[in-house]
Amino acid sequence: MLSIRNLEAGIDGKPILRGLSLEIGKGEVHAIMGPNGSGKSTLAHILAGRDGYEITGGEVIYEGRNLLEMPTEERAREGVFLAFQYPVEIPGVSNIYLLKAALNAVRKHRGEGELDAMDFLKLVKDRMNLVEMDEQFLYRPVNEGFSGGEKKRNEILQMAVLQPKLGILDETDSGLDIDALRVVANGVNALRGPERSLMLVTHYQRLLDYIVPDYVHVLAGGRIVKSGDRGLALELESRGYGWIEEELREGA
Amino acid sequence: MGTSKQNLDELIRKDYEHGFVTDIEADTVPPGLDEDVVRAISAKKGEPEFMLEWRLRAYRHWTTMREPEWAHVHYPPLDFQAISYYSAPKAKGAGPKSLDEVDPKLLETYNKLGIPLKEQELLAGVAVDAVFDSVSVATTFKDKLAGMGIIFCSFSEAVHEHPDLVRKYLGSVVPHTDNFYASLNSAVFSDGSFVYVPKGVRCPMELSTYFRINAKNTGQFERTLIIADEGSYVSYLEGCTAPQRDENQLHAAVVELIALKDARIKYSTVQNWYPGDEEGRGGIYNFVTKRGACRGAHAKISWTQVETGSAITWKYPSVLLEGDHSVGEFYSVALTNNRQQADTGTKMIHIGRNTRSTIVSKGISAGRGQNAYRGLVKVLKGAHDARNYTRCDSLLIGPRCGAHTFPYIEVRNPTAQVEHEATTSKISEDQLYYCMQRGISAEDAVSMIVNGFCKEVFKELPMEFAVEAQKLLGISLEGSVG
Amino acid sequence: MSAVMEPGEHYRVDFERLCGDLPGARTPWVRRRREAALARFAERGFPTTRDEAWKYTDPGVIARRAFAPAPAAAPVPAPEALEPFRIKGLDCHRLVFLDGRLAPDLSDVGALPPGVVAGGLARTLEEAPDSVEDRLGRYAGDEDNGFAALNTAFLTDGVHLHLPPGAVLDRPVHVLHLSTGAGDGTVVHPRNLVVAGAGSRAVLIETYAGLHEAACLTNVQTEVLLGEGARVEHYKLQQEGDKAFHIADTGVYLPARARYRSHVIDAGGRLVRNEIRVRLDGAGSECVLNGLYLLGARQHVDNHTVIDHLAPEGTSREYYKGVLEGHSRSVFSGKVIVHPGARYTDALQANHNLLLSENAEADIRPQLEIYADDVKCAHGATVGRLDPDALYYLKSRAIDEDAARSLLIYAFANDVLDRLPLEPVRAYLERTLTARLLHGRKVEELI
Repeated sequence: MLSIRNLEAGIDGKPILRGLSLEIGKGEVHAIMGPNGSGKSTLAHILAGRDGYEITGGEVIYEGRNLLEMPTEERAREGVFLAFQYPVEIPGVSNIYLLKAALNAVRKHRGEGELDAMDFLKLVKDRMNLVEMDEQFLYRPVNEGFSGGEKKRNEILQMAVLQPKLGILDETDSGLDIDALRVVANGVNALRGPERSLMLVTHYQRLLDYIVPDYVHVLAGGRIVKSGDRGLALELESRGYGWIEEELREGA
Repeated sequence: MGTSKQNLDELIRKDYEHGFVTDIEADTVPPGLDEDVVRAISAKKGEPEFMLEWRLRAYRHWTTMREPEWAHVHYPPLDFQAISYYSAPKAKGAGPKSLDEVDPKLLETYNKLGIPLKEQELLAGVAVDAVFDSVSVATTFKDKLAGMGIIFCSFSEAVHEHPDLVRKYLGSVVPHTDNFYASLNSAVFSDGSFVYVPKGVRCPMELSTYFRINAKNTGQFERTLIIADEGSYVSYLEGCTAPQRDENQLHAAVVELIALKDARIKYSTVQNWYPGDEEGRGGIYNFVTKRGACRGAHAKISWTQVETGSAITWKYPSVLLEGDHSVGEFYSVALTNNRQQADTGTKMIHIGRNTRSTIVSKGISAGRGQNAYRGLVKVLKGAHDARNYTRCDSLLIGPRCGAHTFPYIEVRNPTAQVEHEATTSKISEDQLYYCMQRGISAEDAVSMIVNGFCKEVFKELPMEFAVEAQKLLGISLEGSVG
Repeated sequence: MSAVMEPGEHYRVDFERLCGDLPGARTPWVRRRREAALARFAERGFPTTRDEAWKYTDPGVIARRAFAPAPAAAPVPAPEALEPFRIKGLDCHRLVFLDGRLAPDLSDVGALPPGVVAGGLARTLEEAPDSVEDRLGRYAGDEDNGFAALNTAFLTDGVHLHLPPGAVLDRPVHVLHLSTGAGDGTVVHPRNLVVAGAGSRAVLIETYAGLHEAACLTNVQTEVLLGEGARVEHYKLQQEGDKAFHIADTGVYLPARARYRSHVIDAGGRLVRNEIRVRLDGAGSECVLNGLYLLGARQHVDNHTVIDHLAPEGTSREYYKGVLEGHSRSVFSGKVIVHPGARYTDALQANHNLLLSENAEADIRPQLEIYADDVKCAHGATVGRLDPDALYYLKSRAIDEDAARSLLIYAFANDVLDRLPLEPVRAYLERTLTARLLHGRKVEELI
């Protein structure tokens, strides 16, 4: 479903990704781990379509199409969803309005009709149970005055409503206490399925205790330098990232 | 990528939809202004002596005044002798007695503007007075209102039918000496709307005036007077459009509101005069004096305005809070694009005890638009326990526009509580990206954000106007109101 | 602009009489600038309330009087007379000016780092005028403000602080401007020039005070020119007598990464105007303007600030608070202009006033003019009285009404003092202000 080949990208002339390759198949859960500054968030944003990155080489094929040529909103409508590490606040725009506008845009793209108000509300309330969110959050402005945990839950709620094919979770565990982490992880697990792939971008292993990945990749120096199963994540936790960098240096 | 920036620029660059001209025979006095013109206007309207005297006093005072120069508004000087001060659609015989007698071309014009004057076609609950160039052409639902004692008619008619009310209240809030444009208006105003709501009556429908400038080289000088007697309530809507012309046209209206004890007046404006083209050619100069007086205890006056049109807007709908416990409100959205300039705000003058005022101003600047909030909150010595809350927010779209805030706060009573907050922000790339990542197009995202920015004001508008206001800002309506 | 009276006349006469004795009289450029400034003053006169910048402060009371220049030889006061104005626990370079002229006997500059000048501007104009030719007057307010023009014409003396690039003054410079006049109707025109080279650091504390109650005019002008990355902390403690007129104009220039912080505390004076104009002309420069005014009787204090953001990434912060009693009146006017190209400007401004009397008045005029789009600007202003709920709460905790009020007023004002980085100055002001504001009530016992 997603095929990244030799992707090279940077910002302001500074290279960040240096020939990154990664294959994600349908229904698979991949964890991307790596030290700070290794390019994890850059990868997530390039896939989602943030402005400002220079793509200098390689390609990204999503469902047989060149992802990098698609406008941001079209990627979203085609099923690419990014749960932001720092969700933005949008004063005056209520959460429910954003959800409805987004869902209808996606549905329209799929050739489905708009949901009427009753069905929509029913759907949203149903999904809110997944992340144990209170209904009052629907009527507050998007992310405004939300705590860190509330913002992250809100991201997962949006994912649950929009039902993407590829969910990219950028450091979703950062800033969460253990209870909130459990809630968010339960929400994500409920969304796992044979038609949905997930990419978990994280610095720490602990998220993977709750959302167990099929594959773990280590991103360092702008490349995937090591891939393995869950065991790799545990090894990273006990040994840190230093040994990988050393291995790399030795290899070079 | 890079689509979001482009979309930002395109967002509000929509063509003016009401730029057509109606080809209609008009009775227009030649350009120029002197005492004879004032007399001619008064004579054409068959006015009683007191009106002529009042006009002449205003005219004589006007000749002693200098055209104001405003620090943040720039335009070439106006030639007051090149303006025609009276233009009326030529009546067949006397004025129309009923809608059936109104020139079909006029009815068509209003239909085109989306304001059907035929009563059966009207949205239930809105009575309309349509002002074409300088004169009122049709007032709907008059009889139904008259049954409740509510007077809703053209100003000319009120001068004839209700001279005592006119005499008592005309100029009592905005005196004929008030300012350059108010004095000019007092001398030459040709028509406008008049409303009187008797004691204890709650006006059952929105009253609405629709202003249309059609003729070339004319100024429009209408006068609106609304009196809400004790314990009454009225909601009044005002809308405006003008044809697309290369020359600038002057609109210098005066609106006076009087709310007596326990009365409430809600006055809403959606101003969409022709703003001129992208290079700043043409467009209306909208120099308007609007003021209300809360004359009794617990009176309330609320101004809501959405200002998207005009080349230059200069207006400060104000409230004199004379009665104890009286309330003044001002809710404003002003959008300037291309080379539009808006200098708008309010004055809240706290005179009585326990008076309250709220000011919420939202300025949106795009293109090379310049948007200024200018306001005064004044608490006089006797205004014990006065309260004011002011919030002015500016939203900037693009690097060449300007947003300015000039509040004046004068407090002479220690029990007053005055709070003022102002912020300036732009639509951030992060906000756009976030929405687009959820599948929403950049244009819709901008609309959504602008709409969210204006929400506090839109919720003050009557439903019908909220719809129009949002359309004007290029915003999809669904789910955003209420 | 129209003058209230023919203002040029007696000032011109005085000028003709004095100009030969004013510092720098033998230096052509000094003389030319004085004459140009006098001509400018003759043309514009004093401002009036018709000028937008003086809308709430009527200079007419000054314009109508014919203030005479203070005599050159001021009686030297006994050292004890200066005691109330010394800041205890402050290790500093001390300069004392009597009626606008440096009094070397009362001053104690002490050792200075190499290249640093901390002395009288008059001496510089006599001995090394070339060293200030291209700096003096560069950021003066002469063009727009008759008072400033008059100051330049009559410039007598004032602090000249000069720091070469990289110089760091460890000890603050404390300057005491004292008017000795026992009688009414004299004027002094102090002129201060601060030039801080790139990367230099200095703290300047100015005290303005009078030894007697007299209706004298202090018409001061200060120019502060910073080099890249320089940092200047500037305190101004205005404690003039209750009949005094004090008009001050300060122009500040900030290139890249320079930082200027001003703390203006007004406790004295009959009619006071503090104008501060700051130009943030280099990327990443920063300016902080704090102010506190504690007014009673018929005092009138006008703080007028203009901040021009001309370069990207500038930061400005303004925080002014005031407490008003009696028939006093305060004016706060703060203009922030973000010019085209000044992207990423971050400007915040706040003004809060506590009105404690039926007859006091507060006028506020915050202004934002923004011509760039990627900026963060906000201002807030409030006028109010003591919070009745807080008063009630304190009283319910057995504190009597007077003490509760004092405590709340103290807390309101102290918020500004808390922002003063120099502990001895903060302690000095706390003592001075609590004595003045709280009618001697000992707040210390309560906190």
